[in-house]
Amino acid sequence: MITFENVTKVYQSPTAEVKALDQVDLHIEKGEIYGVIGFSGAGKSSLIRCVNLLERPTSGKVIVNSQDLLALSPKELRKAKSDIGMIFQHFNLLNSKTVFTNVAMPLLLAKKPKDEIKQRVQELLDFVGLADKADSYPDQLSGGQKQRVGIARALATQPSILLCDEATSALDPETTNAILQLLKKINEQYDITILIITHEMSVIREICDKVAVIDHGKVVEAGTVFDVFSQPQTKVARNFVKTVMHDDIPDSIYQLLETQDEANRIYRIVFVGESAGAPLLSQIAKHYPVEINVLFGSITELQGTPFGNLIVQFKGEDKEIQRVIMHINQQKVAVKEVFEHVS
Amino acid sequence: MLVEWPQIVEALWETLIMVSFSLLFSVVIGLPLGILLVITRKGHLLENTFVFNVLNGIVNIFRSVPFIILMVAVIPFTRLVVGTSIGTAAAIVPMVLYAGPYIARLIENSLLEVDPGVMEAAQAMGATPRQIITKFLIPEALSSLLLGLTIATIGLVGASAMAGAVGGGGLGDLAITFGYQRFDTIVLLITVGILILMVQGLQSAGNILSKKIRRR
Repeated sequence: MITFENVTKVYQSPTAEVKALDQVDLHIEKGEIYGVIGFSGAGKSSLIRCVNLLERPTSGKVIVNSQDLLALSPKELRKAKSDIGMIFQHFNLLNSKTVFTNVAMPLLLAKKPKDEIKQRVQELLDFVGLADKADSYPDQLSGGQKQRVGIARALATQPSILLCDEATSALDPETTNAILQLLKKINEQYDITILIITHEMSVIREICDKVAVIDHGKVVEAGTVFDVFSQPQTKVARNFVKTVMHDDIPDSIYQLLETQDEANRIYRIVFVGESAGAPLLSQIAKHYPVEINVLFGSITELQGTPFGNLIVQFKGEDKEIQRVIMHINQQKVAVKEVFEHVS
Repeated sequence: MLVEWPQIVEALWETLIMVSFSLLFSVVIGLPLGILLVITRKGHLLENTFVFNVLNGIVNIFRSVPFIILMVAVIPFTRLVVGTSIGTAAAIVPMVLYAGPYIARLIENSLLEVDPGVMEAAQAMGATPRQIITKFLIPEALSSLLLGLTIATIGLVGASAMAGAVGGGGLGDLAITFGYQRFDTIVLLITVGILILMVQGLQSAGNILSKKIRRR
């Protein structure tokens, strides 16, 4: 649906050359909700703007709907854009126009017949839940309502792709959630491919199927949300995961570590999927002469799969603890001694 | 009083003619010029450094000549256009040359205030450059544009009085020839009073209209 091939975007300023995107390869399948996360300045904004050529890549290829966008004439490109809707962090509505006219704008530009426009806009406002606001002006709306207008406008031409540029970053948590649910509904109901860029990992966790982590213009990690959240490979990804997973080891446990000896060890156990449902600890307690002390635990659901994180202290003979670890490993559960985290 | 009321009414009429026609022609010149000054800017819709620099330079040149000097300096051009350098019609020529670039600057300022995000949304929708100007840029700036035009109109009222001093007719002419040169204080006060009322009226009308369009 959307493919980036070796896309590089360089900004030339008189004093320096900034690589906003550095040889980015990315592939987004039809019907996916794909999230791109990065800190500000990482290049995610340039990335999403290359999908509808609001910014032209310095080199590389952007293929949307099997069309090489960079090879299109301005006229063909404008046509291609009617298949790509976009919503923005600051909504970017026309303050001088009513909600109705704002939503109708893409259709007015395409010179559609009046009654067709009227019907379509009504339909869209119904869908986003703003049927009664058609004659209001953007200034009379709340942030969440403005974004709904933005969404209705983006969907006016029945695009197959929706680009979301930090669409919830200016909204409060509750409104953010409502907008995310609306995006999910759009994805499911109309089978629209959604590309979201954000710096909020919670947005990714909430609705994305896949995620790419971008740092200094490079995609450093990409995969399903589950894989990236459960096994982040890079430091940047780990930092983002931390913001929503709360799997940091509390300070009190660090203090306990100082007393760690042969007979008293602390481990981190990560449960994924089915294993999260297994009564692992009680099995251990039954079969091994060790005492178990749960120090910290969290469990989250990622794309419908439970994901648990437990920090436990085993007290007992070293030999027995080793057997316990072997047992846990046999259950295909990741276990790691916390010792290494001390440094 | 050395003048009769009909003379004052006629002078007022001449002033109104000078101001309204020069405003009309100034907008005809200033609006496209102002739009070009915005869209040819670096990073804008139709970036073109050469066109921008040329237009910017021309506007600056006209803006830097004081009106009274401009009026005298363009006399040959005025003769070429209206056939004479004296009278109401002749005064309109330098007034347009004065107010056109001024209006271009005011329009440029208003258009630059438009949220770049709105332009980005327009481009994302696949709007043509013409559509972006007519359906996004101008409507969003309209309220501020009107305030700018109000300022320009008031500037033209002032210019028309000066044009009167070199034979353009109008209230300024009356004030100079009778009020100043022949010491008729009453005529002077009446003309100044009319000018004050005119400016007040224009500013109020501009404010009301602009507010109505802003819709906030």
